[in-house]
Amino acid sequence: MSLSSQKGNMNSIEVKNLTKKFGSFTAVDGISFNVKEGEIFGFLGANGAGKSTAIRILCGIIEPTSGDAIVGGYSVMNEPDKVKLNIGYMSQKFSLYNDLTVEENINFFGGVYGLIKNKLEDRKKWVLKVAYLEGKEKLLTKDLPGGIKQRLALAIAVIHEPKIVFLDEPTGGVDPISRRNFWELINELSHKGITVFVTTHYLDEAEYCNSITLINAGKIIASGTSKELKTKYLTNTMLEVECDRVVEALDIFSKQDWVEETSIFGNYIHISVEDENSARSLAEKTLKENNIKIIRMDKIVPTLEDVFIYLLEKDTKKNVK
Amino acid sequence: MKTILNIVIKEFLQLKRDPILLRLVFLAPILQLLLFGYAANMDLNTVHTAIWDQDRTLDSRDLIERFQESGYFEIDRYADNYKQITNDINKGKVLCAIIIPHDFEKDIKTNHPAPLQAIFDGSDGNKTSIALGYIQGIAVNYANNILLKSSDKTGRKISIAGSIQPEIRVWYNPDLKTRVFMVPSIMGLILLITTIILMSMAIVKEREIGTLEQLIVTPIKPYQLILGKLIPFVILGFVDILLVQTVMVFWFGIAIRGSFFFLLFASFLFVLSTLGIGLFLSTISKTQQQAMMVAQFGIMMPFIYLSGFAFPIENMPKFFQYITYLIPLRYYITILRAVILKGAPFSDLIPETLILLIMGVLILFASARRFKKRLS
Repeated sequence: MSLSSQKGNMNSIEVKNLTKKFGSFTAVDGISFNVKEGEIFGFLGANGAGKSTAIRILCGIIEPTSGDAIVGGYSVMNEPDKVKLNIGYMSQKFSLYNDLTVEENINFFGGVYGLIKNKLEDRKKWVLKVAYLEGKEKLLTKDLPGGIKQRLALAIAVIHEPKIVFLDEPTGGVDPISRRNFWELINELSHKGITVFVTTHYLDEAEYCNSITLINAGKIIASGTSKELKTKYLTNTMLEVECDRVVEALDIFSKQDWVEETSIFGNYIHISVEDENSARSLAEKTLKENNIKIIRMDKIVPTLEDVFIYLLEKDTKKNVK
Repeated sequence: MKTILNIVIKEFLQLKRDPILLRLVFLAPILQLLLFGYAANMDLNTVHTAIWDQDRTLDSRDLIERFQESGYFEIDRYADNYKQITNDINKGKVLCAIIIPHDFEKDIKTNHPAPLQAIFDGSDGNKTSIALGYIQGIAVNYANNILLKSSDKTGRKISIAGSIQPEIRVWYNPDLKTRVFMVPSIMGLILLITTIILMSMAIVKEREIGTLEQLIVTPIKPYQLILGKLIPFVILGFVDILLVQTVMVFWFGIAIRGSFFFLLFASFLFVLSTLGIGLFLSTISKTQQQAMMVAQFGIMMPFIYLSGFAFPIENMPKFFQYITYLIPLRYYITILRAVILKGAPFSDLIPETLILLIMGVLILFASARRFKKRLS
């Protein structure tokens, strides 16, 4: 029975009505979702949205107040120890010991998961290869470059070959090239059938995910593939305007009642409008009155960032009401 | 078991990489031994003295000789007026001045009481009373001799046997050396440092850099984590104990009169409390500096001042005496001094041992519970 045949059929994580309250504060408010086996699942949200709490519950660190989650076949409520054995975890903080050598780190974490002798040696070789550290196992971890450290941390997080790995903002503070390499490694893991549950602040990274879920104020406000999110949730049209005196133009646009959102992308302005045709003529008219010359104005596919800003603001307004 | 060993090994590897901490572990005991063995000396061996001999007779010179021969007095000045004496005392050049009045010899010869004046710099009361004791001792001795001599001359037997002559025997520390009193209890301090400060810092360090979070998601159970963290510091503590005892016995010549194994057992009981306190500190501190400061001022200071380590508990106001009952170091130091200096057997120290055991178990369990809660 190969893993790939199951891919897309079985759920690796099933979250049912999960709630966590800290006193009167509800950090996670009855969320439900499924993560398919072998997929890269992006879990996105602002700081304090409930992301970390949700991850901590799924990793068996804290008990939910109500609801349950089945992670790798085990209930986080009833069998948190079994959950811990079957997952890997890598946090935004660097999670290895800086004052140990590469090999000592591998030995320690391998030992924690009960790997011994041959098995440990096999996995050590694999970790070293993945982290580009073959022959460098005696180096102190603190002397490694950032990108390599990150790869080492991920490889060690899956040293015991778990079916699921949780990555909590794994690429914070890493240069773009290392980030790209890192995501290639994540893809590799996913191809091997490992489910990758990842949170990130970088929305370009979210594009790599097979499935994205957006959480705000403890509740899920959107989910789907990147494409679905861009088309399903954002009904407005996005216009990209290239013109003179960009800053002034942005200021003018933001005062117009027919413009819902404005944002600036380099030398261009993005405006979100309900009706494309009327907006085009209104924009031309308004800028002309202010002696600003329009060079170009195009309808564009919104970026994930556009979608998220829109969704978060809509949800926040609703919550305030 | 294997998991715990794994953590212990990791802990030692990390210690090996931290030269400052390592030096602290092995140099701190030596430094404290030197400090308390030599510098913290409340014995008074040399009394700087000025003498004004107004009499200038055979008897007065005889008396001065007695002072010199005693070995305690160093006569820095032979003064001939009060001004010089006042000056020397004010400047702190001498601790006391002895003035032998004009008719000293005449008074003795005529069997009159011969007065002797001693002026002290009383700013350090402890020193002054010791020096006063020396002077009185010499004066009494001198007077007795005169009586004996005069009885020889007159042929009449003037017995001094009628007066009370205390025959003093000081047990356990016959020379009344501060060192003998201080050095054994240093073990208590060393254990405080290795177990409370170093251990709490080691845990807080993991929290600071984020590895603690990583450990929590692994299958390591909280009790394994706690034991894995505690054991290395217990080992270090005991290595330090052996180090201190070796120096104590072979360098300072203070023999362990009682059972060495009972001493180690008592040390183990004491360590239960200190590890518990260290564990507790690690749950209330966010940074290593915080842990360090709280350990210094919240634990070390009261422990040192209120355990009888430095100051006698009997001299404290009642309120503070009650507080001392709460300090585990108090019982440990009592045991240390009793076993090392007096050779006291276990049967004499049952209450202290029991209290240490109960305190240790209670503190350690409460802290472990708190630590476990804080993990999640």
